Amino acid sequence: MEEQKSYIYEAYDVVVIGAGHAGCEAALASARLSMKTLMLTVSMDSIAMMPCNPNIGGTSKGHLVREIDALGGEMGRNIDRTYIQSKMLNKSKGPAVHSLRAQADKQDYTRSMRKVVENQDNLTVKQGEAVEILTEDGAVCGVKTYSGAVYPCKAAILCTGTYLKARCIYGETSQYTGPNGLPAANYLTDSLKKLGIEMYRFKTGTPARIDKRSIDFSKMQEQFGDETVQPFSFETDPDSMTKEQVSCWLTYTNEATHEIIRENIHRSPLFSGNIKGTGPRYCPSIEDKVVKFPDKDRHQVFIEPEGNYTNEMYISGMSSSLPEDVQIAMYRSVPGLEHANIVRNAYAIEYDCINPMQLKPSLEFKAVSGLFSAGQMNGSSGYEEAAAQGIMAGINAARKLSGKEPVVLDRSQAYIGVLIDDLVTKETHEPYRMMTSRAEYRLLLRQDNADLRLTELGYEIGLISEERKEALQTKKQQISDEIMRLKKTMIGGREEVQEFLESQGSTPLKTALSLAELITRPELGYQILAKIDTERPHISTEIVEQVEIELKYAGYIERQQRQVEQFKKTEQRKIPENLDYDEVPSLRIEARQKLKQIRPENIGQASRISGVSPADISVLLVYLKQNRE
Amino acid sequence: MERVSGMGQDTIAAVATGTTNAGISIIRISGTEAFRIAEELFVPKTGKKRLSEMASHTMHYGTIRQEDAIVDEVLLSVMKAPNTYTKENIVEINCHGGILVTKKVLRLVLSHGARLAEPGEFTKRAFLNGRIDLSQAEAVIDLIHAANEQAMQNSVRQLGGSLYRKISGLREDILRDTAWIEAALDDPEHISLDGFEETLREHTEQSITQLEELLSHAADGKIIKEGIRTVILGKPNAGKSTLLNALVGEERAIVTEIPGTTRDTLEELIQLKGVALRIVDTAGIRTTSDTVEKIGVEKARKEAETADLLLYVADATRPLDENDEAVIEILKGKKAVVLLNKSDLPALVTAQELREKTEKQVLEISAKQEQGIEQLSEIIEHMFYQGLIDRKEEVFITSLRHEQALKEAKESLLQVLLSLDKHMPEDFYSIDLMNAYQMLGEIIGEAVDEDLVNMIFKEFCMGK
Repeated sequence: MEEQKSYIYEAYDVVVIGAGHAGCEAALASARLSMKTLMLTVSMDSIAMMPCNPNIGGTSKGHLVREIDALGGEMGRNIDRTYIQSKMLNKSKGPAVHSLRAQADKQDYTRSMRKVVENQDNLTVKQGEAVEILTEDGAVCGVKTYSGAVYPCKAAILCTGTYLKARCIYGETSQYTGPNGLPAANYLTDSLKKLGIEMYRFKTGTPARIDKRSIDFSKMQEQFGDETVQPFSFETDPDSMTKEQVSCWLTYTNEATHEIIRENIHRSPLFSGNIKGTGPRYCPSIEDKVVKFPDKDRHQVFIEPEGNYTNEMYISGMSSSLPEDVQIAMYRSVPGLEHANIVRNAYAIEYDCINPMQLKPSLEFKAVSGLFSAGQMNGSSGYEEAAAQGIMAGINAARKLSGKEPVVLDRSQAYIGVLIDDLVTKETHEPYRMMTSRAEYRLLLRQDNADLRLTELGYEIGLISEERKEALQTKKQQISDEIMRLKKTMIGGREEVQEFLESQGSTPLKTALSLAELITRPELGYQILAKIDTERPHISTEIVEQVEIELKYAGYIERQQRQVEQFKKTEQRKIPENLDYDEVPSLRIEARQKLKQIRPENIGQASRISGVSPADISVLLVYLKQNRE
Repeated sequence: MERVSGMGQDTIAAVATGTTNAGISIIRISGTEAFRIAEELFVPKTGKKRLSEMASHTMHYGTIRQEDAIVDEVLLSVMKAPNTYTKENIVEINCHGGILVTKKVLRLVLSHGARLAEPGEFTKRAFLNGRIDLSQAEAVIDLIHAANEQAMQNSVRQLGGSLYRKISGLREDILRDTAWIEAALDDPEHISLDGFEETLREHTEQSITQLEELLSHAADGKIIKEGIRTVILGKPNAGKSTLLNALVGEERAIVTEIPGTTRDTLEELIQLKGVALRIVDTAGIRTTSDTVEKIGVEKARKEAETADLLLYVADATRPLDENDEAVIEILKGKKAVVLLNKSDLPALVTAQELREKTEKQVLEISAKQEQGIEQLSEIIEHMFYQGLIDRKEEVFITSLRHEQALKEAKESLLQVLLSLDKHMPEDFYSIDLMNAYQMLGEIIGEAVDEDLVNMIFKEFCMGK
């Protein structure tokens, strides 16, 4: 870069670099917590852009969105405003894995979020590429842009997504741009390296978009949304969600598709070695799938609309980095896509991101005071994962400037806690995606109770209104009142009761049982028991849901709660920030190295580091005890 | 997933002594539940007072019972917090009935709610609870470290290849089923769980059967190699293998072939009276070529270093030679019994001569005629109860730890069946499946980490 003449523009408390899903949540949280906040973006038209799949939520990601909302974030409200189809996934499974997913109108989603950020008090949005983080005595003191403008600040949040030294690749072609042809950010990496920050190079990809008019939907199965749509946000009135929904479509690849791929596999940059970055296993390209699962004779392909005002359709399941000519042949081999007209090619994108183990659980760099990082920059993937980190980074940057302790959600409180703990504690070798199997206490971390878990905390942080907090407390009260009533109400073996039970395929009563006990029978439930529960109060369906889950799964929930109690004890045992691990005797070498690298905040986090054994933890406990007194 | 022990006030138990105290083993229970657990097992000879009502630092005579059957006569010490080693309530059970009975009592204690103590954990607690001077921290750390190292070595030494493979196989099966469920939960539009309940039930029942098999062998030593590590030494043709065969034939001894830690030794577990012997057969010593013979002696010397007991087989019909001298050298400073074999034949070597040379107890036997084997058993048992043989205690503890882990794994799988019976949604199965997986991992020293996620991606084609 040529040396720019720099000048001081305007000072801010917090500068957020990037205006994607992480950047928007970070900037909003910071501004709403009264910090004078600047959000920089390479393009004003890319605010909260969805450059890949046209939906928000899905398994475990839906949990994240609800948690963001429960804490006072924007993503939930924004998708509620702009959804065009919505579905609760895993409805036939247990309540812990129910997951909401909504198709978004991409343009609408972007516009709607832009309106929110542009009108947020304390928040300024500017177009400009950040090129340098300025520091003084190891602490952030400003951000410089390509134009030479310097914004003095006390904290900066990196939310650069996939833009750092981005390169888009398909076949033999590669372009040094960010997603959707937007300019890449080519200078910030070097500034970060100068600060001693270790960078990774990751890769992800996206499928082609195809003109709706060229698709023969008669050869596909139509996929509808749910009849009754549940909103993401606890604040959205469910009745306001009713609208005409659009459909998605299902088709399949076949042997012909796979043959085309196999014949041209040598032209794939992944196999030729042209792509060096590490790609995600959960979001493989179609050529990856064909190579790794040769026994599968077909793969599902979902055709999803990108919005109401465009003919572009997203070809889910067929992301690729094959050359354009191969892509055309490949897509056209799929039933219904014979005459497909590709609007945008599929491509892979490589980008710089950081090794997230350099971060504290607050998302602040251990080595640079006041520098925070969130989203794909931290080696995660997905809009929801990004937004979840964004809100936490925004909250913690603001708290740091207010002299408050950071808010760190633990693994028993939220998926957000699992996500961030995994990122900062465990080695990541590919873009990290949330999965319900990563949450060991998932029975407690349901999407239906995100508000019960987090909204009071959101209020304490300052992102939740008094009114919303009081509504939440009322809800809690109603739930416990109703559970109490059900536990106290005894049902005797009256004739009509026995007849009713038999009609439901349930064994008649031998002794009187409480309604609560009856609800736990698999064949019965709250609604079914209405007939013999004549004095039940009128309560909302969301209260019924909580009551029923708490009673029906009580045994399992209590078991997890006991585990959580144990877990909490280790989380509360803090490790001093300046602990010199070289001074701790008898740690094994591997454990010592890992502990020095990660510098865990507490014993719990230390115990989750791979390579640190229970004996190492015992040694550490003894050492800490000795040095505390 | 509790990877960190001793953070809470849970109650721990373990054998707290070696066998130095004349055949008595002390089981120590420490923690808030110590009195409750002991009360449930202990019946005092006189008086019916509850242990918690007894004066601190008193001893009580009585019996440990399982249901109504007497397991052992014991002396039981009651020590109340905070004036105890760990500053917690402590009960110590002094068992008299030998290794097997001690183990049985400890098992009972564990089944009543105590957790098996980690290596060095009593001392760790003593330290963390302020009982031990802070200046002793390094000593405590060293102890934890050493105890852990020993336990690790033992557990590796204990696990023969076949057992490792069996446990790994079980884990793999469990993980694959869990991955199936989790993949379907994560990607419901691509992977269906229809009909999986039946498959899972079948697999889980099979796994339980295998666990039960492992557990049933836990007592006879197929999986748990404990007992007195015994090495038989002697020059070629002195009658070592004949002796081994004679021992094996004795009193319906239980013999199991266990691949040893080195390629060419074989270990056999023999139950001799109340004492278990783990016999290392140094097979290589039997070859006649000079160079190989030398290797054999070297090997025997190495084995002897880690042995609890040496049995030196001398040949009464041949004069002592340099091989005998080498063996006698090895015996120095070790617990050993000298067996003058072939004593039914005309003798060139006398017991007196050997006694003077070795300064050990010498017994005349005829392995071939199975003469003297009975006396040998008595001598070994006597040595054991007199505390003349130091058992490697950690072996005992580690093996019990494995047994507990197997039991917990089985419990978890039974819970899966229960959930299946109740038609719980599929995501509930994973919790217990992964618990079983973790428990089995503890036996072979493998953590869970990213295994599930890796298996999901390995087995299933996920994603958009």
